[in-house]
Amino acid sequence: MTTTSDRPKASGSTPATSGRMSMRDRWNSLPRPQQWLLLIPVVVLIYALPVLNPPLLTTEPGTNFPLALFDAARFALIAIGLNVVVGQAGLLDLGYVGFFAIGSYVAALLTSPDSALWHIPYLWTLPLAMVVTMFFGLVLGGPTLRLRGDYLAIVTLGFGEIVRLLATIVGPLKGQVGFQGVGSPPGTNSAGQPIFTTSNGTAWYWLVVTITIAILFLVGNLERSRVGRAWIAIREDEDAAEIMGVATIRFKLWAFVIGAAIGGLSGALFAGQVGFVNNQKFDVPTSVLFLAAVVLGGSGNKVGVVLGAFVVSYVPNRFVELAAYKYLIFGIALIILMMFRPQGLLGARQRLLAYGRQAYLRLVGRPEQVSSDSSLRGEGEKAG
Amino acid sequence: MPLLELDALSAHYGRIQALDDITLHVDEGEIVTLIGANGAGKTTTMRVISGIRPVSSGTLRFDGQDISSLRADLRVVRGISQSPEGRGVFPGMTVLENLDMGAYTRKDRKSLGEDLDRVFELFPRLAERRSQAGGTLSGGEQQMLAIGRALMAKPRLLLLDEPSMGLAPQFIQQIFRIITEINSQGVTVLLVEQNAQQALQRAHRAYVIETGRITKSGTGEELLADPAIKEAYLGVA
Repeated sequence: MTTTSDRPKASGSTPATSGRMSMRDRWNSLPRPQQWLLLIPVVVLIYALPVLNPPLLTTEPGTNFPLALFDAARFALIAIGLNVVVGQAGLLDLGYVGFFAIGSYVAALLTSPDSALWHIPYLWTLPLAMVVTMFFGLVLGGPTLRLRGDYLAIVTLGFGEIVRLLATIVGPLKGQVGFQGVGSPPGTNSAGQPIFTTSNGTAWYWLVVTITIAILFLVGNLERSRVGRAWIAIREDEDAAEIMGVATIRFKLWAFVIGAAIGGLSGALFAGQVGFVNNQKFDVPTSVLFLAAVVLGGSGNKVGVVLGAFVVSYVPNRFVELAAYKYLIFGIALIILMMFRPQGLLGARQRLLAYGRQAYLRLVGRPEQVSSDSSLRGEGEKAG
Repeated sequence: MPLLELDALSAHYGRIQALDDITLHVDEGEIVTLIGANGAGKTTTMRVISGIRPVSSGTLRFDGQDISSLRADLRVVRGISQSPEGRGVFPGMTVLENLDMGAYTRKDRKSLGEDLDRVFELFPRLAERRSQAGGTLSGGEQQMLAIGRALMAKPRLLLLDEPSMGLAPQFIQQIFRIITEINSQGVTVLLVEQNAQQALQRAHRAYVIETGRITKSGTGEELLADPAIKEAYLGVA
């Protein structure tokens, strides 16, 4: 918001930005069925990626490309879940890895031969992981969501660490020894080999992409609902939201629990693909890396955070020699990004305006062509 | 029966007592103003009424019913709507989105268009800027937006917290004129102000609050004529 309000003539956009904006414009003014139609080839391409293994994009020979893609898809799912909490409701959660860990352990404890518990088919652990993490989300969120800002960040940071330490201390969770042979979905190919193996990323990638698309669809619908409006209001100004009649604590809890469920789901998927769970993967830096994906891509923008997740997971896999420096690289990248583009690669504006269009429909009863940068242009185009 | 009634009401921030035994009432159709210095407890009173701060003792009644422990969002449903101190517009939302948030609790979605027209009639500037982000509006426009947003809830009682704060003189006049107009359309107004002169001229009745206690009350004219008030709040020696 750099443009001042009192200059209707100053459209405030250089030709370059207005060009990009107008593409966004055109997209936003398309009816939803047409948007879906245009998305189909994109989705097909995404599914075809591990088979195509395109020369420049490929991560080989450093990293197996389908496995790198699985990693990216897993990160995307995590980023979408964390985005509900951080991007939509504006709750800074530094312990998101805790939910991811709980999801992983649910899958491990109920499928690994190393676990003494009763066993269930792997696919059943996915919804179960969501239920269990939702419960933990409630337990953590219930008392702590009355806190705001920094306090919430500290409590969630503590939560992430507590989960990791419990995995180390509590005997049945087997600390660093962990659980081998975590289950996987059933099915064999024509040669009689299992489809879902730890070395074959393609099938896992397809599974996670499918789940991610389903989750995107659900989260998108939530965003456009009353719940989504409440989240935006809370993120913008919690006191004002409460004065408007938004039950803030309840909606914050909703965001927290939904985010937790998605984190748990991705944890269970991760455990299945890797086939092994111990206490080593759930530290604070991992949590920060999740957050980096969200902030980098554009907090509050679903497409943005998927892009951010892709960047954060792809770069270390593509440039293996740089992998050791990934925190340094992402740290510097984030600092530079925050200086020049604090809203992230794709900001939240797009979605807000989709909401604006709805608001107009609801209030005025007829659709208005809301241009995505009209808010910056002021009344200039209203006069026309 | 008064529309709003505070009966021996106290409130605390931690151990500090912010409101001490406040008793006041607002009748249906009135403009009542609460004047006082910085830190006297004006804003706290507003926050207690809208439910952002808890009541520590005493009773808060709206329309004859005890709402002392009712959740803030349910108070909006009952008909209490606030334009907060410092305006509190949603900076990243457009004017229209802000106004739509004001109607968040409304069930009668069909009549929203009429109410929007009414708000745009009161504040034509908002209609011009409907697609502009709230955070890019000028101070006066944000104040209009905050009041307009509160009106979108179709309140029975409108709480206005320092609507003239930080505004240019011509805007102050305009805001007070509009408050009178809103009141004449049937909305009861409780107005908190540091601009005592304007507030007392517009209000039917007024209360003076000092360090958390009500020290004086009367009609607007009475308090305007009171020498002690003149000295303390009107800058007349």
